[in-house]
Amino acid sequence: MAGHIVDQGIGARLVRKEDDRYMRGRGQYVGDIKLPGMLEVAFLRSPLAHARIKSISIPPELRDRIFVAADLAGVLPIRADTTLPGFKSSTQPVLATGKVRHVGELVAMCIAPTRAEAEDLAAAIELDLEPLPVVADMLDGRKPGAPLVHEPWGDNLFLVSNVEADFEAAKAKAAYSVTRELRTSRQVMSPLEGRGVVAQWHSRLGQLVVHTSTQQPHIVRSGLAECLGVDEGQIRVVAPDVGGGFGYKGILCPEEVALSWATRKLGVPLKWIEDRRENLTANANCREHHYVLTAYADADGRLLALDCEATVDSGAYSAYPFSACLEAGQVGSILPGLYDFPHYRCRTYSVATNKPPILPYRGVARTGVCFALEVTLDALARKIGIEPSELRFKSLVRPEQMPFDNIAKRHFDSGDYPEALRRAIAAIGFDKIRERQQRSEPDGRRIGIGFGMYSEQAGHGTSVYAAWGIPFVPGHEPALARFTPDGGLELRIGAHSHGQGLETTLSQVAHSILGVPHDRIRLVHGDTAETPYSTGTWGSRCMIMAGGAVAAACDELAARVKKIGAGLLQAKPEEVRLEAGEVVGPSGRIAVADVARTWYRRPQDLPPDADPRGLEVSMGYKAKRDTGTFSYAAHAAVVAVDTETGELEILDYVVVEDGGTLVNPMIVDGQIWGGAAQGIGTALYEEMRFDAQAQPQGSTLSDYLLPGPTEVPEIRILHMETPSPYTRFGQKGIGEGGAIAPPAAITNAVNDALAGLGVELLVSPVTPRRIVEAISRVEVRRQAKADAA
Amino acid sequence: MKPVAFDYARPATVAQALGMLAGNAGARVLAGGQTLGPMLNLRLAQPALLVDITRIPELAAASEDGDSVAIGATVTHAAIEDGRIPDPANGFLARVARGIAYRAVRTRGTIGGSLANADPAADWLACLSALGAEVVVTGADGSRRAPLAGFVLGAMATALAEDELLAAVRIPRLSRAARCGFHKICRKTGEFADAIGVAVVDPDRGVARLAASTATGAPMVIEAAELDRGVPPDAADIERRLVVAGLTGDAYDLRLRAVAVRRALLEAMAP
Repeated sequence: MAGHIVDQGIGARLVRKEDDRYMRGRGQYVGDIKLPGMLEVAFLRSPLAHARIKSISIPPELRDRIFVAADLAGVLPIRADTTLPGFKSSTQPVLATGKVRHVGELVAMCIAPTRAEAEDLAAAIELDLEPLPVVADMLDGRKPGAPLVHEPWGDNLFLVSNVEADFEAAKAKAAYSVTRELRTSRQVMSPLEGRGVVAQWHSRLGQLVVHTSTQQPHIVRSGLAECLGVDEGQIRVVAPDVGGGFGYKGILCPEEVALSWATRKLGVPLKWIEDRRENLTANANCREHHYVLTAYADADGRLLALDCEATVDSGAYSAYPFSACLEAGQVGSILPGLYDFPHYRCRTYSVATNKPPILPYRGVARTGVCFALEVTLDALARKIGIEPSELRFKSLVRPEQMPFDNIAKRHFDSGDYPEALRRAIAAIGFDKIRERQQRSEPDGRRIGIGFGMYSEQAGHGTSVYAAWGIPFVPGHEPALARFTPDGGLELRIGAHSHGQGLETTLSQVAHSILGVPHDRIRLVHGDTAETPYSTGTWGSRCMIMAGGAVAAACDELAARVKKIGAGLLQAKPEEVRLEAGEVVGPSGRIAVADVARTWYRRPQDLPPDADPRGLEVSMGYKAKRDTGTFSYAAHAAVVAVDTETGELEILDYVVVEDGGTLVNPMIVDGQIWGGAAQGIGTALYEEMRFDAQAQPQGSTLSDYLLPGPTEVPEIRILHMETPSPYTRFGQKGIGEGGAIAPPAAITNAVNDALAGLGVELLVSPVTPRRIVEAISRVEVRRQAKADAA
Repeated sequence: MKPVAFDYARPATVAQALGMLAGNAGARVLAGGQTLGPMLNLRLAQPALLVDITRIPELAAASEDGDSVAIGATVTHAAIEDGRIPDPANGFLARVARGIAYRAVRTRGTIGGSLANADPAADWLACLSALGAEVVVTGADGSRRAPLAGFVLGAMATALAEDELLAAVRIPRLSRAARCGFHKICRKTGEFADAIGVAVVDPDRGVARLAASTATGAPMVIEAAELDRGVPPDAADIERRLVVAGLTGDAYDLRLRAVAVRRALLEAMAP
């Protein structure tokens, strides 16, 4: 029976419990909710990026079904400040007030029996806007004299932050340097399910019940309470099944506030389901960065210094709760990557523009930073004349240095970075690819190989977020564990599972401690009325934090069960042990379920000194250090580039990942595959372009390309397992990693393929047009030089 | 978004359909709905009446005579892909159909709907232009035949009057020795093309025709009489000839179309 625990506990490739309903189409999402008397909401959204509202004319006969900002008495704007020095605060109106600051900003809320009729109402409104000069680009927005998104600021800078470590000394020692200007395009997060809200005021309970597609029900509750001016106890937020989060479901939406206000005003339930057009044009923006990065190396090819000026297009408002500075604020601390070098300088600008607020997307700032750093390092290697991998080996933090405090004061907990790269080189068949490149391809394409490495900080807690001073700071993560009267085990967490597989992995944690069979363990999550407070699911934290909390609660339950069991077995507590779901004593054994049944149903059989606190435990958990785990990976890509058309094919892709102890390796593989598919989207396809008036240039998925099944190659995953010294089982957060390195690895492979032509791609996504135009530019320069000679 | 309210009618005959179109300003023809459906949802199209022609038997059939095949307007891409209608071009139509969007789109999308919609990036427009097809247009005064080249006036614009119906497309039969090539460059499986090149080489009938999709409407068709020499021109040469013929676009657009045509030609000439 001991084997039974090992087979289904920590480390088991257990089939996901939640997939039974997902795969049969029996998940229940916000869009599935139908309440008696429910009406639907459509919003009139701003058609302009920056304009003063002169008037909003509503036909009088529709006035009781259309609401504008002036109607929302007592509703406060959404405000997500940080305490970082110099931060400038923005207030995001629930419905536009005075002026509009991005296309798609909410102007009026229209309520009708169906969505189509609600849209008819929106079409009947006459909106008179006086256009204002537009800040369409972050670099233009930084310039003196630029139009102002928020007039009282005097400029468009949410925040400027600096990191410096003895930088000036670097230049004298440098034998080589390269400077590159890089850009990552604005993207739109595209979960299968968009946002959606059903709000209902219960007059009997005096309670607002909001069903919303969120990763953070408790944070949404706090935000709603702040905006609506009501007690948190008057609000219940339920996140039912959520069809993908990726960060987009980790914000408080103005739509949530608007419906919450209106349902109480009207006394009927209200529903709003975001459509793809709203998602693309108004809401789910992310990822737009610009870098000027210089990398210095000494004569031996060791990395000496990085000098960076980074700019992040933060959009019009500071989104709740992560703020407008999450991205830019992280750039300085992430940029050093996995490398050990002595000199550093990084200045970052968070710029307000007339675009939708930038939101955290899987990998957050790391995807852009990894792209900028790793592509620049390859350029440095080419300049020195060494293999990019050789440059990396010279400067990667070595395993004997662990734990390692890097130049940006990040504490790497454990791992062997050079070994990850060695394994990636072996698995991708590096030498064979270099040989193949010596021959020309029969189809005329050029082959290239590229690497990208990163680490992913996860489960970082109080000290890190207290320094940011955003609206929440994670503390002890709580979990509740209790036996039911029939011996089942119920786990309750305040985070949410929407693809992470927590219904399975937390069951594995509990099973490994208590031995309760998986079909008797249930996870309750996603409802503020039924779960303990949590900051929710974000930052790859749940396996560390909720996993640690569930383990702590189960440990305590185990102690209580053993004590009762010992009494029932007429043994001393120190004589019994818990084994495969049974309390085992010197003279007999009793199933944990029977201990539970006795506690609830036959208390007359309990020993007289049984613990009165019973079989229900609430425990909080913090890791031994709250600076987070650092899982890491080396990605390797082989691509073929058609230089005539710019078309690109990924021939091979390898991920070597160290997530510490893997609670369920199958789920980890799924996370990496899904993340890497999104990373391929960032690398090759996804781009929301804006014109000079900051009008988004795509409104459907035929304008905004996502990778599909035929665009994602088979991705080979190799695991290393270096346990974190700071977490309960040695586990590390890995939820975002797959999405971080593909733009770096693929772009490096393209640049390797085109190195012979003297061509480098420095903008993501790497599109066919960008490839062809980069080649043409070099050809034109070469021709001009030849002509001059 | 959801459509504005509209009426819906499903006539059983062409005459009924024409009557509905003539009698209702703002009526639109609905065939497979693969473009019109999204346009309705985005409120880009706000017709008062949709006239669904997919249940009119004579529009859903193909007919053959000695030198051509007429394919009814509501024949689906999937029917062509599956070989359920006669193919005047030695299987070339089935090959082109197979590359249109996804199977789900092909099961509803129709050849007539594609031509009447006249999206410059559509597969049929380039393919059928190179094959020298004609459209059969039916109105109150009877039917007329028009070359595809003159029928397409611009991007999403045709010579079809509001009370007319595109009834069929008539495709000349190729000889058995004819060779065709089709090369589509697009960002991902199922997307609309960034460039399409078509080559039709039929020495027995004196046909040597190349076509490139444009961004502005009808494909650019050029004759290439020298092809029987067996040496394909290079992409730069094709690009020059397309530009002389009137193809416009930036350097990348021109390059892509020339490459697509050249690759189509290589396919047609391959042993």
